[in-house]
Amino acid sequence: MMVELGHFALIMAFATALIQTVIPMWGAIARDPGLAGMARYSAFVTFALVLIAYLALTFAYIGSDFSVANVAMNSHSTKPLMYKISGVWSNHEGSMLLWVMILVLFAALVALRGGGMPERLLASVLSVQGAIAGAFLLFILLTSNPFARLADVPLEGQGLNPILEDPGLAIHPPMLYLGYVGFSVAFSFAVGALVHGRIDAVWARFVRPWTLLAWIFLTLGIAMGSYWAYYELGWGGWWFWDPVENASLMPWLMGTALLHSTVVMEKRDALKVWTILLSILTFSLSLLGTFLVRSGVITSVHSFASDPARGVFILGILTLFIGGGLSLFAWRAPSLKQGGLFAPVSREGALVVNNLFLATSAVAVLVGTLYPLVLETLNGSKISVGAPYFNLTTVPLFVCLLMLVPFGQSLAWKRGDLMGVSQRLLAAFGIALLAMMATFAITRGGPVAAPLGLGLGVWLIAGSATDMITRCYRRGLSVSAVFERALGLPRSAWGTALAHAGMGITVIGISATAWGVESLAVVGKHQPLSVGPYTVSLEQAFKRKGEGFREDVAQFSVMEGADARGLIETSKRVHTGREMPTTEAGIVTYGLGQLYASVNEILPDGRVSIRFYWKPLVTLIWGGALIMALGGAMSLADRRVRIALSAKAKRPSAVKAEAKA
Amino acid sequence: MAMTRKQKRLVLIASAGAVLAIAAGLILFALSDKIVFFYTPSDITKQNIAAGSRVRIGGLVENGSVVRDASMNVTFRVTDTETSLTVHYKGLLPDLFREGQGVVAEGVYQGNSDVVADTVLAKHDENYMPKDVADALKKKGVWQGGKTQ
Repeated sequence: MMVELGHFALIMAFATALIQTVIPMWGAIARDPGLAGMARYSAFVTFALVLIAYLALTFAYIGSDFSVANVAMNSHSTKPLMYKISGVWSNHEGSMLLWVMILVLFAALVALRGGGMPERLLASVLSVQGAIAGAFLLFILLTSNPFARLADVPLEGQGLNPILEDPGLAIHPPMLYLGYVGFSVAFSFAVGALVHGRIDAVWARFVRPWTLLAWIFLTLGIAMGSYWAYYELGWGGWWFWDPVENASLMPWLMGTALLHSTVVMEKRDALKVWTILLSILTFSLSLLGTFLVRSGVITSVHSFASDPARGVFILGILTLFIGGGLSLFAWRAPSLKQGGLFAPVSREGALVVNNLFLATSAVAVLVGTLYPLVLETLNGSKISVGAPYFNLTTVPLFVCLLMLVPFGQSLAWKRGDLMGVSQRLLAAFGIALLAMMATFAITRGGPVAAPLGLGLGVWLIAGSATDMITRCYRRGLSVSAVFERALGLPRSAWGTALAHAGMGITVIGISATAWGVESLAVVGKHQPLSVGPYTVSLEQAFKRKGEGFREDVAQFSVMEGADARGLIETSKRVHTGREMPTTEAGIVTYGLGQLYASVNEILPDGRVSIRFYWKPLVTLIWGGALIMALGGAMSLADRRVRIALSAKAKRPSAVKAEAKA
Repeated sequence: MAMTRKQKRLVLIASAGAVLAIAAGLILFALSDKIVFFYTPSDITKQNIAAGSRVRIGGLVENGSVVRDASMNVTFRVTDTETSLTVHYKGLLPDLFREGQGVVAEGVYQGNSDVVADTVLAKHDENYMPKDVADALKKKGVWQGGKTQ
């Protein structure tokens, strides 16, 4: 009953999404406030209906209702509650439902917070959101119904794919989707502005918090996915340049560019047409990512089951929205009022450079991801584009970009003083150079790229620190006065500094991977094996039974010189039900580095074939990403950013006055 | 010395052009140099692939061909039922690597049907057949699976 109610709610949601698409847009074009006013209500109703459908499926999972095909295939009555709930999005149908739910959630939030927006803009934004939701609801209803019943009800479900049974993976997809789908708001705003024919700093002010929110979630989602792949797949790598990973990286790169260009638009009323284009492109890349992951056109170590009919359908949606968005752009953009030009050496000039590098790296990733597909279609030859391509194209672009970041951050708006900025950054440059030279000296004979990368990371962190110090510190000020000034700085300034420093931390973590040590061996009991600064030796190998699996465990003791540093345990696990083997890596964190063990095989004579890694500073990769996200959250908490989200800001003119203040 | 509008625009366009040109150069170079072609064992012999080229090969792991030694070197044969290649690999094989199952290996072709692989992939799903392998085997009529699940 509950399940049928869910299915019915989903069909109703499709109907209300259509209403949400047509009537408000009509109202916006015909300037009928009554019709335009329908936008908010229909957005709330669509959200409520999709939520009902989503909860119905979740309850089917919690209650282990195996008459539902989706539940029978992806759950098991003995699963812990958390994996029953996360099981909903462990499969194609359920994850598409989650995708749509997040989409309509964003639409409802825009409706809720959009009281201060011009009515016509709000109506057209929600109309576009409704259209996207409608298209994906139709996709779910026609090709991926999660509520399909089984004629023969099995007694027990087939269980969740064991590599998905993990707390990291339980929260990774919702995070990623909040990011991906969050960019739909920027897309809808862009289309709204094009329909509306008006675009100004106020528009940027409304769109920026949503972009920021999506960016924060996407950053966290990517970092979490990377850490999950690192410890779950047992290969010790944290990024594989896999098509599915690229699918999330491309919107991140473009979205980061968008984040910076909206700032220019908000502060200087420039880069308008470009910002509109970036908004369309960012969400287009999100849609493309959904297509790549969901259609299975690309061989990937991550991709779920695929079905050609679904691929064609999503390709249709993709063409409709990307093609439609870009056509509208081509048609309407020339009629938009252009923003002013500005001096090349200025904050806005630096942000243009930022946009240039970020957008080109997104294109480089896009070319590498799609090239195999294009080539296979053209002449049938099969190729793989792997890490060597992506490293060669993105690393130089990123190194150039990151070297310029501290300059851009310190330059003033309108007309920057490059000499002055260089003088202020001299200390930061010295520190970075010193850090680099010292690392070179210590690791003499080691990899060359690592100290260079470390220097770049330190440069970013020191550059951010310099910016904050020059804003707070004046000669002759007391410590408490400096502290007070620091607290008085806008939160968005702290946000920028934190995000850039976080990037620097990630860069240091990535550079340090070059110092990683790998030891492969077959070892007997108490036979020492050295891994970087540590010596490990096999204590025992034994069999163990856990809840839902049995495993062969290898336990090693870790010594650093003469000091015992604890135990590390890795196992080969076979999950009952699916009889699928997985390697459970053993990871122990020492300082900022990690010792990583991955068992290959426990031989009949009791010896163990094993792989150990020592990965110095590896935690900085994800730690930096967390700090970047924190920086984003800090900016979002800025009063001036938040005010645009607030329903209290009734008149756009009031917001504009605030912007100038 | 304030720049004129024209000069500002020129600086903007020139710097954008420079970055784009460098990026395009990098992409084109990387695409011509850093991509790896996929072959079946038959392709390798038929197309006379030069020794020393980087290749990605796919097929089934031949039954009874897997030999491991004490220092974690593994040798196995990959077949498309017509021709087979010997793959040498040092390291941990994926969890789902098994005889008779689909596999993709990437490495350097040594000539003489020998490949020294640095990557061996088998998908984390018991029914999985790498797409490239499935297509190649279907063409040979060996494998009839309809879906690459």
